[in-house]
Amino acid sequence: MQEKDKTRRKVLIGLTSAIGLSGVPFAATPFIAAWNPSAKAKAAGAPVKLDVSKMQFGQQIQVSWRKQPVFIVRHTKESIASLDLALPKLADPNSDDIVEPYKGLNPSRSKSPEYSVFSGVCTHLGCAPKYFPEVEPKPWDASWSGGFFCPCHGSMFDIVGRVFKGVPAPTNLVVPPHMFEGSILTIGEDKEL
Amino acid sequence: MSEMAGKLFSWLNNRLPIVNTFERHLSKHPVPSKVNFWYLFGALAAVTLIIQIVTGIWLIMPYSNTEEQAFSSIEYIMRDVDYGWVIRYMHTTGASLFFAVVYLHMFRGLLYGSYQKPKELVWIFGCTIYLAMMAEGFLGYVLPYGQMSYWGAQVIISLFGAIPYVGESLELWVRGDYYISGITVSRFFALHVVALPLILIALVFLHLVALHEVGAGNPEGVDIEEHLDEDGVPLDSVPFYPYKVLNGLVAIGVFMTVFAIIMFFFPEGGGYFIEMANFQEANPLVTPDHIAPVWYYAPFYTMLRAIPDPLGGLIVMAAAVAIFFIVPWLDRSKVASIRYKGIYSKIAITLFGVSFLTLGYLGTVGVTEIRKIMSIICTIIYFAYFLLMPIYTKYEKTKEVPTRL
Repeated sequence: MQEKDKTRRKVLIGLTSAIGLSGVPFAATPFIAAWNPSAKAKAAGAPVKLDVSKMQFGQQIQVSWRKQPVFIVRHTKESIASLDLALPKLADPNSDDIVEPYKGLNPSRSKSPEYSVFSGVCTHLGCAPKYFPEVEPKPWDASWSGGFFCPCHGSMFDIVGRVFKGVPAPTNLVVPPHMFEGSILTIGEDKEL
Repeated sequence: MSEMAGKLFSWLNNRLPIVNTFERHLSKHPVPSKVNFWYLFGALAAVTLIIQIVTGIWLIMPYSNTEEQAFSSIEYIMRDVDYGWVIRYMHTTGASLFFAVVYLHMFRGLLYGSYQKPKELVWIFGCTIYLAMMAEGFLGYVLPYGQMSYWGAQVIISLFGAIPYVGESLELWVRGDYYISGITVSRFFALHVVALPLILIALVFLHLVALHEVGAGNPEGVDIEEHLDEDGVPLDSVPFYPYKVLNGLVAIGVFMTVFAIIMFFFPEGGGYFIEMANFQEANPLVTPDHIAPVWYYAPFYTMLRAIPDPLGGLIVMAAAVAIFFIVPWLDRSKVASIRYKGIYSKIAITLFGVSFLTLGYLGTVGVTEIRKIMSIICTIIYFAYFLLMPIYTKYEKTKEVPTRL
């Protein structure tokens, strides 16, 4: 074969390979996209509504939004006033490290000064922290002033879901978008946001 | 009659390389004449793989891969399917014993330098098999959709979330839902029963083809190819069949006995083979008080937990597995076997073994301050064994390796 033909053949091989390769992303698209949440899964993940006026003061309830626990705490005046007690222990008291939808609005971190609404999924590895509102010495903290303790890896959060220093969880518990219409709380949607 | 059988055989043999393959890989395949029990675990792993495939096929039949029915279909297998409990316990016991023999097989490799030139590729295929097994085991553990299936998967999938920028969308993409739902279970099912078994079988094939190309090792680290007889067959070798195959059958018999004892009398393995929380159906709103992995992931889980930052933990855990792949280039020793290596290698492999077992223990128990410190120390020893290997294997005094086995 002549030198000229060899060059020609190289160009042709290069061109066909390039065109063939450019088809790979197109061919891969359905296989990758089929793993996205389906229309049905998206519909099941729609916002949830509940009436929070029946909650006791100091009570914590959990509702399921997208099958994930969302914690709602109705604070007493005292517990809001005593938030500062745990302040020196907090890693990020102002939620500077995360995207916080209602930053600086209320000490409760939510759209209401009385209620806190945050995800019950530990920011370390997704366990559900448990609510211990009592101000008393605990096995994990001798000067416990009320809050959440994660049984999986020992992360601690205060009663509005802010993370302590020196625990495995890196950030505060996430506040989902929510809104209050009277005493009706909607989780997963905020018309003002 | 026998004439007809002979004709039929030669008809087949003219169309399929039966005799050739039998001679090349069995009756004329030379293997070192002297090896010890450490060299049995590869065969035992192959036996376990076959058990897993056969029992797996039978489990697919009654299993249902939906959110509503996954858990109850396991109960159905255990209670209503004739001998379903035996098949399921064979599969769960097989999973744990697969890892047990593979860990012993890998440790043999580290002891006798089974990764050294020219066996690098055999080793790398082996490491890839181990990686695929870890994925396969994880996916399988999610299928019963019990509490530990759910929360174990929750922990593992959130590892993807630790990856900067793309983490969260990657998590959603892997789950296909906002939580670990039936959608996640059914895709894990497809991967567990089709995709990964295909990959595993292909890798095992490559592992064996590469091994037969370069030849098996021995505990002395002697190169048997150096001394050949007039036919070019190594003097210190025996044919694989019948010498190794038949005495391998004895080992398989012993292994099967152990297997049966576990399967019939301790199928849950004290909560290490099947965790107690997995006898409850998955509940996304209630975390079990104590989340522990099955024993074979425990060492790596301890490393993940020891690092306070999720991304750091993920990197350390991935590195702990990835580092196995480069062992052939970390070992700078002139000799292969631990028998002829120096004192530093002996100390290093002992410390490594102890730290690996300790990490494993720590991964199955809760966290306390002292255990946290221990896990960090053991993680450091684990990595030091590998990272310091180029130094201690190069500068230590080794013994003279004999020329014959």
